[in-house]
Amino acid sequence: MKRALLLLPLALFLVLAVFLYRGLFLDPAELPSALIGKPFPEFSLPSVHDSARTLTAADLKGKPALVNVWATWCPTCKAEHQMLNQLAGQGVNIVGVNYKDDNAAARKWLKDFLDPYQLNIEDQVGSLGLNLGVYGAPETFLIDKDGIIRHKYVGAIDERVWREQLAPLYQELVDAR
Amino acid sequence: MIPELGHLAMILALCLAAVQASLPLIGAWRGDRQWMGLARPAAWGQFAFLLFSFLCLTQAFLVDDFSVAYVAKNSNSALPWFYKFSAVWGAHEGSLLLWALILGGWTFAVSVFSRQLPEVMLARVLSVMGMISVGFLLFLIVTSNPFARLLPQSPANGRDLNPLLQDFGLIVHPPMLYMGYVGFSVAFAFAIAALLGGRLDAAWARWSRPWTIVAWAFLGVGIVLGSWWAYYELGWGGWWFWDPVENASLMPWLVGTALLHSLAVTEKRGVFKSWTVLLAIAAFSLSLLGTFLVRSGVLTSVHAFAADPERGTFILIFLLFVVGSSLTLFALRAPVVKSSVGFGLWSRETLLLANNLVLVVACAMVLLGTLYPLVLDALTGAKLSVGPPYFNALFLPLMAILMLALGVGVLVRWKDTPLKWLRGMLLPVLVVSGALGLLGAWLFGDFHWAVLATCLLAAWVVLAGVRDLLDKTRHKGLLKGIAGLSRSYWGMQIAHLGIAVCALGVVLSSQYALERDLRMAPGESVEVGGYQFVFDGAKHHQGPNYTSDRATVHVLQDGREIAVLHPEKRVYQVRAMPMTEAGIDPGFTRDLYVALGEPLEDGAWAVRLHVKPFVRWIWLGGLLMGFGGFLAALDRRYRVKVTTKAREALGLTGVQA
Repeated sequence: MKRALLLLPLALFLVLAVFLYRGLFLDPAELPSALIGKPFPEFSLPSVHDSARTLTAADLKGKPALVNVWATWCPTCKAEHQMLNQLAGQGVNIVGVNYKDDNAAARKWLKDFLDPYQLNIEDQVGSLGLNLGVYGAPETFLIDKDGIIRHKYVGAIDERVWREQLAPLYQELVDAR
Repeated sequence: MIPELGHLAMILALCLAAVQASLPLIGAWRGDRQWMGLARPAAWGQFAFLLFSFLCLTQAFLVDDFSVAYVAKNSNSALPWFYKFSAVWGAHEGSLLLWALILGGWTFAVSVFSRQLPEVMLARVLSVMGMISVGFLLFLIVTSNPFARLLPQSPANGRDLNPLLQDFGLIVHPPMLYMGYVGFSVAFAFAIAALLGGRLDAAWARWSRPWTIVAWAFLGVGIVLGSWWAYYELGWGGWWFWDPVENASLMPWLVGTALLHSLAVTEKRGVFKSWTVLLAIAAFSLSLLGTFLVRSGVLTSVHAFAADPERGTFILIFLLFVVGSSLTLFALRAPVVKSSVGFGLWSRETLLLANNLVLVVACAMVLLGTLYPLVLDALTGAKLSVGPPYFNALFLPLMAILMLALGVGVLVRWKDTPLKWLRGMLLPVLVVSGALGLLGAWLFGDFHWAVLATCLLAAWVVLAGVRDLLDKTRHKGLLKGIAGLSRSYWGMQIAHLGIAVCALGVVLSSQYALERDLRMAPGESVEVGGYQFVFDGAKHHQGPNYTSDRATVHVLQDGREIAVLHPEKRVYQVRAMPMTEAGIDPGFTRDLYVALGEPLEDGAWAVRLHVKPFVRWIWLGGLLMGFGGFLAALDRRYRVKVTTKAREALGLTGVQA
């Protein structure tokens, strides 16, 4: 009986090990999105560059795109920005959602740090962000040419994320056209 | 050429580790002295090759050899030389090599300082350490070779060290922490060797005690440095975030604390043997678990290394092997016979048991909070994070109980204490600390229960220590008596003082901290907590590998200037990463802390101002604990011929272990 009790630490550890093993194949940064496979939510918002111009979900159709939620108040976005510039240079179609931001600051940012975005949606009150289930910036959605959301990534895109997660999917969507 | 030599040396070290892990153990089993004798030279050779390998990597960093992938990823020619040096352990591969080197160093130290150990015991200890080394060197060589080349196309310059790590704290924090993590492998090896030999006696406890204390002290100092670094480098003014990686270092420390108290009981009284062995296994297992958590990417954290399932799988298999086999061995070999030595309710044994229980519960609670998100994710796919409220709500009361027990624990005697005597000793302590607690709560103005309780408990701990000191010296008189007290006794007193200081720092700095976030234009001033902060604007400034906006803030008290602070907002060029360098005026009773936020129009900045009373005491307390540990480890009795003395004390005869 006493001997059996000494097996307890081993048993506890083995249970723990099972969970650790499962944990290896889960990505803690991956927040599941209920929107995968659904069309991009409808919206009607001004463009960052031109307040008179109204953008809608129809503007996103025609080409696969990375929809990048960003803001000038978000330091991680600054870290991510260079990567986006690089991708834009490679011809990747990037759409910005300027989330809960000040328009003047956003314009200044795009002037100072270059503008990788083909379109930039000004979501000042965060209504589009709410529909997209945005937790914070940066978040990036991959949509296909019909405006269907295919993938969501939370956090800054870097070389590795692009190479391993987004590039293959994006290429697939471009090839399917 | 040199990196290849380093690689080769690493492989040779692995070969020697394999020899050290296997042959001496077989020798110990068969009683073959020559085979046992192999352990020592193998350990020395292994350490020499690892040191050489480490120096090769260091050389690659110092001469900017960007054909080495690891150097290219973590260094840059514009990096100052001392950061090039510390960049050696700035990322996964190199820090793992440091791990292996430190393990080699500990093994070397054991082989040198344990000449009085019985041959069989030493052979077993070194061979267990050899096994651990084999695991880590395999991990290093198979999945994380720091010497891999980028050929033929090597980059002209490197991608620079992560700016967060370009800091003095990060030069010293990882080596200290690893000294602690890896140091527990010695206690672990002693425990396993004792289980293998079937002898868990007082001598065993006495041998592993100094090693455990040193490792524990290093770990404590490492944690303190990490916390200090987070405080001034992350720019939030926080010093502990209950981040998984912080927890990963706290857990072995908690269990290590329990272990060194439990070892004392096992050494002096020969009880709690199985428990002590289990703690020794747990302390090192938690160090390994910490390594797993940090390097496998199973949990999100501010300082986790890159996620990599392959590496994670390797460490998990290793963890399974080490912990699984040692716990199996424990289940098979741990003594189950009830100890013949009894002890009363009011005895030091009971109080140290209470200490152990509280610390182990605290550790289990931290483990649960750290792994709960992972478990939940694995079971249901739900995402959740357990925040500071959970940890604070459970951890703080536990520490209060610990301090309460501590006061009694230093005064009670082994075996049994007359309750009447104990009451006589403690009553004055209780009365005075109650008064001091009230005085403290009144002195700080704003009444908080937490402040009253902490002042009381801190006074309780310190005064109980003083009371014990007076009692110890009552025959010889204070001055003469003090000179006669041992280093380990002073070590204990200082470490306990550290707890009190640390607790005061934690509670006072969190209760009375003042914080303002505001926009400040040049020339503007604001008053926070009796200090006048005058913002003088920010100037552009060019550093060696960064550009920064450097602000000047004058701090006045009663119209007199007491400090000029220079908070900075840096952008490191290579990684285009913005960094906050807080401007801090440190003080014994308060810190003034200014951090720059974002630039606003017309030269104004978003500025964060903190006044943090007694925040230094947190680290001061931690350092006192570490210092106490080192002092205790230097006690004379660990240096004199230990075997014979311990044997005499136990009345044992015969030399066979």
